[in-house]
Amino acid sequence: MMLRWMRGDLHIHTCLSPCADSSMLPVAIVREAKRLNLQMIGICDHNSIENAEAVRRAGEREGLVVMEGIEVTSQEEVHILGFFDKKTPLWDIQDMVYKNLCGDNDEDVFGEQLLADEYDRVIGSNKRLLIGATGLPVEKIVDAIHRLEGLAIASHVDRESFGIISQLGFIPPGLRLDALEVSPLASRERRCGFSHRYNFPLVNFSDAHSLEGIGRSFSSFLIKEVCIEEIKKALMGENGRKVIVE
Amino acid sequence: MKLRELIKKFNLEIKCVANGLDRKIEGGYVSDLLSDVIANGKAGDLWVTLQLHQNIVAVASLNNLAAIVIVNGRQPEEETIEKAEKEGIPIMVSKMSAFELVGRLHSAGISGMR
Repeated sequence: MMLRWMRGDLHIHTCLSPCADSSMLPVAIVREAKRLNLQMIGICDHNSIENAEAVRRAGEREGLVVMEGIEVTSQEEVHILGFFDKKTPLWDIQDMVYKNLCGDNDEDVFGEQLLADEYDRVIGSNKRLLIGATGLPVEKIVDAIHRLEGLAIASHVDRESFGIISQLGFIPPGLRLDALEVSPLASRERRCGFSHRYNFPLVNFSDAHSLEGIGRSFSSFLIKEVCIEEIKKALMGENGRKVIVE
Repeated sequence: MKLRELIKKFNLEIKCVANGLDRKIEGGYVSDLLSDVIANGKAGDLWVTLQLHQNIVAVASLNNLAAIVIVNGRQPEEETIEKAEKEGIPIMVSKMSAFELVGRLHSAGISGMR
């Protein structure tokens, strides 16, 4: 199989995240991503995987690769993205997150947390306080993601809120992140600063909370197929695989 | 005021570096954003925070802070204590909230102004 360029926006929220639009439904997300010529997307709601499978199924029907993921909030209020291959038992990490997440959501304050099926039908809502912080230190989250052979990426490291550098001052030595995500807001100079200071690959994703936000920034991966192993190789620049931030 | 006196006065639980409590406290700073402490924490400050992560030790060391007090009775991670012991940064735990502790420290003469 040949290597090919895949345009990917892996950080997209659905209507399950209280801060995201209720229009962020599986088919709607997939169609918008296809319209923008993205070839793969990732779904990572705050502290929950519960809508990711519906988007993956919608993607399979419509011809778009969807990676299932999660954006976990650590005890230090750092956001960490986890992405997984299709057959991964995602409830392993979900159970750990829910066990360490307290409180109930208040829809009037934080927003609705809608569960949707692969045909955009709303089938319920999640009552937990998904916007809250878990009691899990960043190291435990990264380890849990890696135990499931997933990809661990620090979210929007340039941002003042929920970014690992703003919360912890610097990236803890020995934290085995696979990459750092830089938000669409970061300038080229700022991006260069991160790659100069830290020895981690950089990626750009949109962190879309609305349909208009999808693809606002993305990264292109030269890979054989969409799977965690290939994306890891691209991040490491191994065997001709690579990643370019757009 | 010396750290030792504050520990007694406010009933702080000593977590590490029990032999380093004679340092003079020059002032105080309260923040849970470590990037902010790097920017604004001054040498000799007593730092009040709820963060437990081991990076607090490196930040205190970097800015030559006198000691760290963790509030709300939260217990620091093991790695944090080990690192603090190595770096000689005393860590204490207070059962009080940050608001209450800082108010009392201020009344006791610890200032945020230099």
